[in-house]
This record gives sequence, C-alpha cells and structure tokens, in this order.
Amino acid sequence: MLNEELKTKITELLPSATFEEGGEWLNINIESKDWLSLAQQLRNDDSLFFNYLFCLTCIDWKTHLTMVYHLSSTKYRHNIVIRSKLDRINPEIETVSHIWRTADFHEREVYEMFGVNFLNHLDLRLLILPDGWEEKNPMRKDFEDPINMIRL
Amino acid sequence: MVEEIGTTTEGDLIINVGPQHPATHGVLHLVITLNGETIKKVEPHLGFIHRSIEKMCESLTYRQFIYVTSRMDYLSAHINNHACALCVEKGLQIEIPARAQAIRVLMDELTRIASHELWWGAMAMDLGAFTPFFHAFRERETINDIMEETCGARLTMNYIVPGGVMQELHPDFQKRVKEFIVLYKRKIHEYDEMVTGNIIFQNRMKNVGYLSAEDAVSYGCTGPTARGSGVSCDIRKLYPYEVYDKVEFDEILETAGDSFARYMVRIREMQQSIRIIEQLIDNIPDGDFQAKTKAVLKLPKGEFYSRVETARGELGVYIVSEGGTTPYRIKFRSPGFSNLSALDHMARGGKLGDLIAMMGTLDLVIPDIDR
Repeated sequence: MLNEELKTKITELLPSATFEEGGEWLNINIESKDWLSLAQQLRNDDSLFFNYLFCLTCIDWKTHLTMVYHLSSTKYRHNIVIRSKLDRINPEIETVSHIWRTADFHEREVYEMFGVNFLNHLDLRLLILPDGWEEKNPMRKDFEDPINMIRL
Repeated sequence: MVEEIGTTTEGDLIINVGPQHPATHGVLHLVITLNGETIKKVEPHLGFIHRSIEKMCESLTYRQFIYVTSRMDYLSAHINNHACALCVEKGLQIEIPARAQAIRVLMDELTRIASHELWWGAMAMDLGAFTPFFHAFRERETINDIMEETCGARLTMNYIVPGGVMQELHPDFQKRVKEFIVLYKRKIHEYDEMVTGNIIFQNRMKNVGYLSAEDAVSYGCTGPTARGSGVSCDIRKLYPYEVYDKVEFDEILETAGDSFARYMVRIREMQQSIRIIEQLIDNIPDGDFQAKTKAVLKLPKGEFYSRVETARGELGVYIVSEGGTTPYRIKFRSPGFSNLSALDHMARGGKLGDLIAMMGTLDLVIPDIDR
C-alpha cells in the first residue's frame, strides 16, 4: 500500500492519529492508551497485515520519553513507524509481546534501559543488566556513573 | 538472577549451560528446565559482554562511532561499518563513488564467506567433529590475509567510512581474490563430503529445532535462520543498497524449517557470495574511493534508518539527530538478539543434546546480541 492509502486506512482505524511525512516511511503519532487496539488491528487487518516488528526502541527527550515501533509487512512490503509519547516520571504503555513475539525481548531491554513499564507483560524483568540495576535506567540522559562512564 | 542447579516444585531439573561453555561461542548463560531429558523451558541470560555501545555512541562523532561498531558483530565487522556508513550518508544525502560501492560489496561478501566458514567449523565442532574446524579455518585464513593487506586488520577492519572506503585497495587485491576463488572452488566439495552428506550429521540436524515461517516472522528472525523456514527476508534483494541490484545472485530459501535447512541455507549462500565476487572482481570501476566530505560531519535534525544484510540477518541502524556532531540517540537492531529470542520456542519439547545443534545453526555471536 502507498503512504496515502495507509494514511486513509489508519485514520479510519484511529481518527486521533496524526501523521508526519518527510522521513523514509510514514510516521504516525498516537496516544499511548490507543496503542494496544491499534496494534491488534495493524496485525490482523488483511489489507494492512503488519506481521513483522523489526525495531522497537525508546528515546529520552529529557522532558518526555518516546516509544518508537518500526513495522513492516512480509506480504505487502510496506513499512510504517509508530510513535507514542510517554510521561517521563511514570512511563507506561501496553505490551505487544503477544502480538509480535519479538517484542518480548525488546520490551525487556527498554524496561531496564529506560524504565518503561509495559503493562500486562508476562515476564518483565532484567535481561541484559545484572542484579541490582533495577530502577537505574542507564540509557536515560540524566544517568550518571562516575566510575564506569568516561566523558570525552 | 543466577539459579543454582536444583529442582522446581514440580520435580523438574534446572541446569545451567554457560556462561563459560564451548558451545555458546562466547559468554551466554542458558538456564534450562528439564523433565527427564526433554526441555521444558530455555531462559537466556544476557549481558556478560554488554558494553553499552549505544550509550557510548551518543558521545562520539559520526566519524568516531563507526570504529565501535566493529566490536559488535566481530565476524562481520565490515557489514556493521557498512550499515552505519549508509545511515550517515542517508542523513548527509551524499552519493558515494561507483568504485567505493563495488569495493564495499566485495568486502561484504568476503566477510560473509569468512563468517559462514567459521560458523561451519564451529558448528561441526559442537556436534563432535573436530576436523572440519581446521578445514574451515584454512580457507578463512586466506580471506583474513586479503583483508589484512588492504585494511591493516584481520577482524576489526574499520575500512568502510562515511563517504566511501578508508583507502585504496592493495595492488595485489584482485590477484589474491581470484586465487582464493580457485582455491575455494576446489575445496567446497570437501565440505559436502565431510559434513553435509554425512548421515550422522543429517540425523542430528533433521527434524531438530523446528521453526515455522509464521513464528520466524513473529520472533523477528532474519537471515539464514528465517530463510531456512522459507521466509524471504534478504535485504540485499528486498531493499537493494550499493550495487546489489546490478549483480546476479539468488536468495536461498529452504522450507523445512529445521536445523538442517538452516545449515543448507548457509552452505549455499557461500556459493552465491562467490558468484557476486566473480562478477565484481574484474569490473571494479575506476575513480575515487571516497566522496569529498567535510572533516566534521553534521547530520540534519531528523531520524534515519538503514538496513543491511549481515551474515546473521538484518542489521538496522536507527539514528536520531538533533543537528549536532554526535547522534542524540542511536539504536542497533541486531539480528542475533531477535534470533536468540526464538530459541526457547524452538527448543521446547526437544532433547537436551539437540539444544547444541539448534544453537549451532542459529549462528549466535554474543557481542552482537549484548552490544
């Protein structure tokens, strides 16, 4: 599907979504509360069929966090980017690990690195960091570690 | 985090493989729940070589951070550099010279062969055969020597930089590569005679670690892991970069989805890489090896994403720029991380002894997973 068609289709599914063009792919900004229902529709709608979540990450903008989901379809080969703003103090978003199972590991990584709480994730605990790093969130911009971090 | 050897409340045995274990090819810790000899659950614990490369890159300039990425997937260092260079070039909107494009693809394919060679030797060793390791390393050494002549390093080459490649090819490069192709074609049938056609290997790999096409996509598997399940996911074909749309090669697909299918994909992929090298080696265009770029690179404000096909699958580089000389945020979507997440699903219901064969055909490189 072309970007214009995707835009119309996604506006039908979620009227509150806003779009940004200019990047390589269509960017869609959504509210975090709409994410779960939209994700299910993106995955299960036959004309969209976004079955491949190829990147899931988070960005710390100092005032808020942004979750970024890169989605692709192995059938139609179209790509979109979904972005959702999260509160920095108490970041929460619904998990999608039951829709795209690759999200399981990626969400655990974002959880430990940024402290985002993925609601209803079955196994949300540290993956890469060792014990004792809960609540420390090293990928946040204000994280300081005088021993291990070298500022150039 | 580290469970001791013991039993669960249901009477299942918990055992640990790793962190130091020859079959994990690095430091990976697997906690396995066993019922008799049958696997109930495999839980990977990562992070033993986590260096926080993403955080490190936030304080390095666009010229500096490429050197760190060679240390991620050290078996396909060229391709990692390539992905980063492509992403920076996308942001700067520069065209790189035709000569540099051809050199990059040649280097990528040599790297792919070297990486698959090492995988082949190491996997055979996991399954109990020691000889293939020496055969694989004999050919791999030749590639490393070729790399050393041109790039000055054998593993962490740092040869591909934004704008092109670091320096001119060594005068002997073409001659040495042609010699390698002749040598390789003479040796490739040995691989099949020794391992592929061996009934013991086939019995250990067939119907082991089955992964369906749908699961492979859902788990985000890419590269030979997904292509063994019949998922077409070769970035070189789907989203061609550099000269991949001008050379002829086949995307290797197997449909069985078991360990043997993944094995066959890699074996046949090496021959396709040789095919690409043969087409390019006499047709490297003349011209500059590097485009003219500024000494200090500044990416415009925005987000850039590049995807390349490494020996293990799709590597994505996602750069968020605020217009400065360093990236604001950088994310490496490493192929091994997603491939490993499918291990639990693959291994459930299988036997403990087969787990090693499954891990072998996933081709795990731990620094690539941990980053």
